[in-house]
Amino acid sequence: MEKIIVAGFGGQGVLSLGQLLTYAAMYENQYATWLPSYGPEMRGGTANCSVVIDAVKPVASPIIAVADTLIAMNKPSLDKFQMNVRKDGLIIINSSLINDKCANTEARAVYVDANRIAHENGNNKASNLVILGAYIKHSGLFPKEVILSTIEKVYANKPQFIPSNKACFEAGYEL
Amino acid sequence: MAERKLMKGNEAIAEAAIRGGCRFYAGYPITPQNEIPEYMSWRLPEVGGRFIQAESEISAINMVYGAAGAGARAMTSSSSPGISLKQEGISYICGAELPCVIINMVRSGPGLGGIQPAQSDYFQTVKGGGHGDYRMLVYSPCSVQECVDLLYDAYDKAERYRLPVMILGDGMLGQIMEAVTLPEMKDLSSLPKKAWAADGSGIGKDRRIINSLYIVPDELEAMNRKLQKIYDDMCEREVMCEDYLTEDAEIIITAYGTVARIAKSAVDVLRENGIKAGLVRPITLYPFPKANFARTMENPCVKEVVAVELSMGQYVEDVRLVAEGKKPVKFYGRSGGNVMSPEDIVDFVLKEVK
Repeated sequence: MEKIIVAGFGGQGVLSLGQLLTYAAMYENQYATWLPSYGPEMRGGTANCSVVIDAVKPVASPIIAVADTLIAMNKPSLDKFQMNVRKDGLIIINSSLINDKCANTEARAVYVDANRIAHENGNNKASNLVILGAYIKHSGLFPKEVILSTIEKVYANKPQFIPSNKACFEAGYEL
Repeated sequence: MAERKLMKGNEAIAEAAIRGGCRFYAGYPITPQNEIPEYMSWRLPEVGGRFIQAESEISAINMVYGAAGAGARAMTSSSSPGISLKQEGISYICGAELPCVIINMVRSGPGLGGIQPAQSDYFQTVKGGGHGDYRMLVYSPCSVQECVDLLYDAYDKAERYRLPVMILGDGMLGQIMEAVTLPEMKDLSSLPKKAWAADGSGIGKDRRIINSLYIVPDELEAMNRKLQKIYDDMCEREVMCEDYLTEDAEIIITAYGTVARIAKSAVDVLRENGIKAGLVRPITLYPFPKANFARTMENPCVKEVVAVELSMGQYVEDVRLVAEGKKPVKFYGRSGGNVMSPEDIVDFVLKEVK
């Protein structure tokens, strides 16, 4: 089982990053839940979602108290959730917007300059896919090809974004 | 195998209701169930149905009253404060013996409260939030697939007993996304004709009157006796409950809806730590699964029962009623929109239960 918290500003693609992981699990015939924050903080503020993926049995609790992975797209998200990551868990940090070092020294921190890499790969809005690439590389949760085909299926009605989304994902994966 | 889709609970409820025959929806917006009217607004016209955004919740439930009286498979949805406004209409619908489906995606209260998940409408739902001796069939699904499965047959149940079916969910259930398999669209032309519906077909012969006014006491008492027989019949046939690892359990955790999923994870953690825990999860809140609880209360292994809910203690009262003092029942609840984690439940059991 993998418990992931994805957090950042509204508009950074936090919720869609979580959804891509959930779609990937579904396409792989695994079990997954995606639970967004839907409180007043979403209006112009921070957004987050909890994703739980289980390869073998239906997910019971969609609520995460102790996460295996935190994806922090901005500083408030890192501050809020980093201590909720388990020992030897993974924290992916968007270093384009976060200058701080990770304070949870028992977890493994990975720093990704996601905004710059997304810009270089032709899609300023796809920093979330750069981060997703880095997460898949470091977690090994799914083979790379599963996410690439998931991107094709999920963005089938917006085909113009597929090449740059895939490029951003690959760039994050190859770091 | 049918295609699996990733859907939000609210959207899946709307689609499953349509596939189960819903052709009329009236509602008024409120968080956290807005995806239901939003979905209905474009989807119902595709299948020849009608969507109306009413000017208020009171108006919406009375539109459902009218549509159901005319024989349509009608639905409304709202969240706690809006459901409070609908109570008069719900009582009238029960008094007029009309089938319909009502969704309550509960938010925290009292008053306008908050928009986060809660289960504090339990009393209102199962004890009759409106006036008079009425009952409804109340489901509390815990997953998106269970929403689909229950909604799909909800109209068949509502029409069998001629009463409303209510789905009691919460914001978590409405907002969560999970993979679901959707059933085929039901063929409405194959359904039996409604001999009672005021659809114009009885003109000149037998008058069909939709009404809940019985001014003569003997007539109203006879009506209430008839309704009671219907409720008794429903209690015989419709109870649904999941027992999870209860056979050898020493500690029974009981919860309904999404909270039962959190409790199930807690049971797994307790078992990993060598504590024999089990879960009783009612799927129907009315009728209450008395037989499942009777088994638990008679089970010599069971030492204590813990009722877990998102309220200050409502569901626990019914659990204590069926316990009949045979086992101690402890209560663990959160409120205000705060949701417990599996670890919170485990901590409570380790600290409070012997």
